[in-house]
Amino acid sequence: MNVAASPARPAVATPLDHPAARVLIGRHRLRWWETLPWLAAVGLYFAFPAYLGFGTELLVAILFALALDLALGYAGIITLGHAAFFGTGAYTVGLLAFWGIWTEPISSLVLAGVAAGVVGLLSGLVLLRTRGLTLLMLTICTMALLEQAANMAHDYTGGFDGLPSLPIAPVFGVFEFSPLYDNTQYVYALIVLLICFLLVRTLVYSPFGQSLTGIRENLLRMHAVGSPVRRRLVICYTISAALAGIAGGLWAQTNAYVNLSTFDLDRAATVLIVLILGGYGRLYGAFVGAVAYLALEHFLARIYPTAWQLGLGLLLVLIALFARNGILGLGEALWRRYGGKRAAS
Amino acid sequence: MAALRRQTGGVVTETRLETQALSRDFGALRAVQKIDFKLDAGARHALIGPNGAGKTTFVNLLTGVLTPTQGRVLLGGRDITAKAQAERVKLGIARTFQINRLFRGLSVLENVCIAVAERVGAAASMFYPAGRRTDVIAESMHLLETLRLEDQARHRVSELPYGRQRLVELAIAIGLKPGVLLLDEPAAGVPSAESHIILDALERLPEHIAVLIIEHDMDVVFRFARRVTVMVSGAIFAEGTPKEIEANPEVRAVYLGQAGHG
Amino acid sequence: MDFAADFAGIFLGGLAAGTVLFIVSVGLSVTMGLMGFVNLAHGAFAMFGGYVIVLAMNRAHFGFAAALAVGFVATAALSVLLERLLYRRLYRAGELDQVLFTIGLIFIFIAGITIVVGPEGQTLELPPALGGQLNLGFMQYRTYSIFLIVVGFLIVIGIWLVFERTRIGAQIRATVDNRRMAESLGINVDRLFTITFAFGSGMAAIGGGLGAEFLGLDPQYALKYLVYFLIAVSVGGLGSVVGVYYASLLIGVLDFTLKLYLPKGGTIFIYALTILLLLWRPQGLLGRKET
Repeated sequence: MNVAASPARPAVATPLDHPAARVLIGRHRLRWWETLPWLAAVGLYFAFPAYLGFGTELLVAILFALALDLALGYAGIITLGHAAFFGTGAYTVGLLAFWGIWTEPISSLVLAGVAAGVVGLLSGLVLLRTRGLTLLMLTICTMALLEQAANMAHDYTGGFDGLPSLPIAPVFGVFEFSPLYDNTQYVYALIVLLICFLLVRTLVYSPFGQSLTGIRENLLRMHAVGSPVRRRLVICYTISAALAGIAGGLWAQTNAYVNLSTFDLDRAATVLIVLILGGYGRLYGAFVGAVAYLALEHFLARIYPTAWQLGLGLLLVLIALFARNGILGLGEALWRRYGGKRAAS
Repeated sequence: MAALRRQTGGVVTETRLETQALSRDFGALRAVQKIDFKLDAGARHALIGPNGAGKTTFVNLLTGVLTPTQGRVLLGGRDITAKAQAERVKLGIARTFQINRLFRGLSVLENVCIAVAERVGAAASMFYPAGRRTDVIAESMHLLETLRLEDQARHRVSELPYGRQRLVELAIAIGLKPGVLLLDEPAAGVPSAESHIILDALERLPEHIAVLIIEHDMDVVFRFARRVTVMVSGAIFAEGTPKEIEANPEVRAVYLGQAGHG
Repeated sequence: MDFAADFAGIFLGGLAAGTVLFIVSVGLSVTMGLMGFVNLAHGAFAMFGGYVIVLAMNRAHFGFAAALAVGFVATAALSVLLERLLYRRLYRAGELDQVLFTIGLIFIFIAGITIVVGPEGQTLELPPALGGQLNLGFMQYRTYSIFLIVVGFLIVIGIWLVFERTRIGAQIRATVDNRRMAESLGINVDRLFTITFAFGSGMAAIGGGLGAEFLGLDPQYALKYLVYFLIAVSVGGLGSVVGVYYASLLIGVLDFTLKLYLPKGGTIFIYALTILLLLWRPQGLLGRKET
């Protein structure tokens, strides 16, 4: 297994034995705590069957935030328009199902991902030439454009009201999506999330993922080490778009309807908030952020919506000012200060 | 690549990099005008000149950051004027920047790994962990050892003192295994107590690399360079051995005296 | 003849709407050009000012002009407070933090106004002198729209004169052009920014008040029109007052025309045109090219 220029029995330690090298070599290995979110998800299924509807919503939000994390957290593409892909995925599923063209859920979801990926590829090819504020504006405008297009094609999309009561065929022809019980939806969404998560995890720890981090950290230096920056960004953006499309498709399937809200600025801003709340560029930030945000929203917003909005606003201001790395970043800082002393010394 | 390998012997005087009538205008300003310049294989060549002489613009033309208004850039006799920056890097032109451009949030080792992974063509791979490319990691670690940075390999770049950061800047460029290395003021901003680190590292650069160094510090220039080109107002003013340049009264008048060095 | 009158009517209506868009957006353009700060909460200042103006008229029975003045001062004061206390800490932060921070501010404004004033929309009663129709010679048209167009024109000339003829204007232009250079010339950029930020927010308040009559005024205002403000600024060019004026009028006229002839989603063309323009000229119509 050991490689490279090192002889079989080195008298001195090889470069790979250096602690810095060990960190890089072992970085992708699964840690014990990485099973916790999944155990919790399985636990929720058995312990709180009444909350599976909420759980499904949560899983979709995690997937969407995870998709955004790949583009924003890892590659540093600042976008406020990711609902463009969420909506594309949702409408792909919605149109196919509503008009009776295709109702099989798994293949519909794949199509949702492909459609959103194509939109991501085409828009990425032109948009990613720009940076900063211009890019931010272009992502917003692209999203607004698609929203208006969906609104204009009223005869097919139902316009503002959307498409209700989507027929979704049973998964594998066996497991029905029931409007009363969310068991099927929940398990289905959990498996989709797991598959997508494994893909994202593989990507971010790959050499490709490492180069994305390089682009985020210093774009000009990446050009100067001979990296085809634009191509990497477009590939990353396309994958991120496809995953966001799958999240949107999943949303449409589990809710059995689709409407213009899947395309709007509110949704794009919310997913950004979820991700940053949890901590971006951290893989699990999407999980932590989605749980924190949706739990607060679920239990506070329905009781007193204005207070929720006020609280959320204050929270965002505080995060931007004091905790730029989100909840996970705060946790890491605390760990470093109080818990990590053993490891450091 | 074959041309590169043949020259590891050392004393061959073959031109690696050449410019022909290279010019660049910014509006009405002629920042670089009609420069004919040759960099030999294994060269230790310094480019000096007062501020605003066009030195950095010249380097930006060589690396493809800027496109010339006129003239050509040749690498090993091959016209690369139309090539983009990334392609020139692949052909063996690496550079450091006057102001550090590093991946500040990443470890020192990872900074070098990113460059090495890019060079060996690993960086586009999406479906296996970067940690499995132990060849990349071992090479990067080895490079840090030669620059005596191994003790800092784990640290974030942003935590290092500035002089060490300059070394990382150098390590990234060397990690690209260039045939031509362009150093834009490698000791700039380094406190004089630390500048010997940079000089030591420069002196231990692989012999076969053709090095062009822009530098203001005349001690560095005269210790390191075997040939010196003086640029003034975008044009070559004089060229020769360090001794010749030092003895040249016109250069002294135009540059050395005025800059207050030497 | 009918068609010509229709068209003139649409055109004037579009100009009036565009003028309001300009008055709100001009401050955003200058502050973004000066500091590169992505201030998504600018629309919230317009909303805040709009509320102050409408409430001053409806509840405290101020005159229109007096209410506008109160709105300007109140919003400018509030913005200076926020700038000193909060914005200032984020000048050197990344765009992402600025976006997050200003989205947070929007929520706070929305919630605050909902709590204090209520979620329902407010209506602005125009003074009788502006309420009627004006004879333009070739047609009758709403006096208020004509009033808006004239006011907007005077404002752009006023700001242009300040930019071109005064010391502070020269300082602003120099800073938008090259901030580092301006700082090294001894221009106090921080103070300059506070002043322009206050003025820009005050203008936004005036715009919020002047536009309340046809844009409406409810707590969602800050989000509802945000994209329009951003489009006006990025199409016009950061830091360019005249550019934002042209862009705003263009958007206003286009929006009015398209909404009339393509009531379902005519705005799609505005987004499409914006995308094309920004791809062609990322710095906007009259913006400075990034170096």
